[in-house]
Amino acid sequence: MADVIDHPSRTAATDARTTSGYNFAYLDEQTKRMIRRAILKGVAVPGYQVPFGSREMPLPYGWGTGGIQVTAAVIGPDDTLKVIDQGADDTTNAVNIRSFFAKTAGVATTDRTVEATVIQTRHRIPETPLSENQILVYQVPIPEPLRWLEPRETETRKMHALEEYGAMHVSLYEDIAKYGRITKSYNYPVRVNGRYVMSPSPIPKFDNPKMDRMAALQLFGAGREKRIYAVPPYTKVKSLDFEDHPFTIESWEQSCSLCGAGDSYLDEVVTDDKGGKMYVCSDSDFCEQRRAAGHVGDGGDSAYATRDKIPSGDEQ
Amino acid sequence: MSAETAFQRPSPLLQVRGLTHRYGPHIGCRDVAFDLYPGEVLGIVGESGSGKTTLLKCVSGQMEPSEGSVEYQTRDAGLIDLFRMSEARRRLLMRTDWGIVYQNPRDGLRMRVSAGANVGERLMAIGDRHYGHIRSEAVDWLERVEMDIGRIDDMPHTFSGGMQQRLQIARNLVTKPRLVFMDEPTSGLDVSVQARLLDLIRGLVRTLGIACVIVTHDLGVVRLLSHRLMVMKGGNVVESGLTDQVLDDPQHPYTQLLVSSILPV
Repeated sequence: MADVIDHPSRTAATDARTTSGYNFAYLDEQTKRMIRRAILKGVAVPGYQVPFGSREMPLPYGWGTGGIQVTAAVIGPDDTLKVIDQGADDTTNAVNIRSFFAKTAGVATTDRTVEATVIQTRHRIPETPLSENQILVYQVPIPEPLRWLEPRETETRKMHALEEYGAMHVSLYEDIAKYGRITKSYNYPVRVNGRYVMSPSPIPKFDNPKMDRMAALQLFGAGREKRIYAVPPYTKVKSLDFEDHPFTIESWEQSCSLCGAGDSYLDEVVTDDKGGKMYVCSDSDFCEQRRAAGHVGDGGDSAYATRDKIPSGDEQ
Repeated sequence: MSAETAFQRPSPLLQVRGLTHRYGPHIGCRDVAFDLYPGEVLGIVGESGSGKTTLLKCVSGQMEPSEGSVEYQTRDAGLIDLFRMSEARRRLLMRTDWGIVYQNPRDGLRMRVSAGANVGERLMAIGDRHYGHIRSEAVDWLERVEMDIGRIDDMPHTFSGGMQQRLQIARNLVTKPRLVFMDEPTSGLDVSVQARLLDLIRGLVRTLGIACVIVTHDLGVVRLLSHRLMVMKGGNVVESGLTDQVLDDPQHPYTQLLVSSILPV
């Protein structure tokens, strides 16, 4: 029987904080080493998809099994974790993953972007710029950007190896031919460091420019597809486009109804069954910080003062 | 036209020597050798199972032969053996300098993207990033293969067999290749569509000066298109020569049988 290796920083204090019977951050140390090796390779070759031995995790595929394995491999007892789902900290997925690491690693958790050292995310990049001391971990459902036109894995690997990326533009061509503009609005393919074409995971294309030369390390984990890839700090990330149809991000005529921000990604929230709606920041922490600093929006159609009072539907 | 080029003897575009391919104990084709010159059309005929398609796959770089060499005259470095150059280079060659027209258009087309994107794909693959330019090239090539421009944004599966075949040709010719391989380009089409397609291919090959290797079992096709002819049987080339010569004065018993088995209309 192989000896069970404990996390090097295991102490009576961390034991006291975590649920007994588990190693620090759930995964055993050998698995973490394997994942760290994949991460290091990913960092060394930006945008390259590194295969890894993805483990069964106590949540279903598609809920972030890749992301939590990466987080478990990089998190330490002194880290502060933030988990985002669609920009918010209070949705089911985010709450569950946060409590998972609170229980198994005993780490501090936070809603505040600036306080976090590790941020696991699904569908968004925080509006607040990230710093060199932070790691952003993405949950990725389909890591292969070429998959839609080439079903064979052997062939897509060869296409990456030989930089045969012409076909990526075929889908953009199709959009322009049909709709007069590139309509792909999320999971918009990017080229990393002038070499690998990479799927940025289903973030809105609004967030693509934030990936470019970001100060924080960006790690991507796909649990079902068993792939890890990475974008090191300050690496060039360029969204694919045509010379005469350049890449553009979404814009809104409205600003946030709660905090008045005009430069953040907005969610449309239906407020009643009479067509009433309001636009609010998708990044809940960003919105709260702005309101705490005294910014006020127009309140939307129904003039709700705070986000907490968005009606549950039966109030009308 | 072929006589003229033959007299001047420019260096060959494709040089095949001692090409043998085995499928385990079975012979696909044995000890085939030929030269193909720029602008020349070579027909390969023979019955089913005679090794025509095996030969085409080997010389077009889709399959590595068991023995022998296939050398191609590259634009920058002279004759280079296909299977000694790097895979990256071979694949680049296949999508720029060469074209391959498959018997079944489904093998050669992307069925889930529009006709225009099918034609434009090769341009994008070699780095064209200007939508307007790609679009106008696609329109131009669809016109050249006599397709309705109004259908540029339609999916290939909505096209008839003949149109799919013409789209496949346009998709291949957009990068102005020097060499095109065709595997039974007209089989499965009815005769009147066949005639129009053959006429189109003949016109394009003449005006663009493309060298061509056409594999077919239809002697009518080679009579119309090819300058030279190779007759295959059981994996061996049994007879080769100028098309008219071989068809009008066949020497080998098998060629005689083949020529005499054409149904008179």
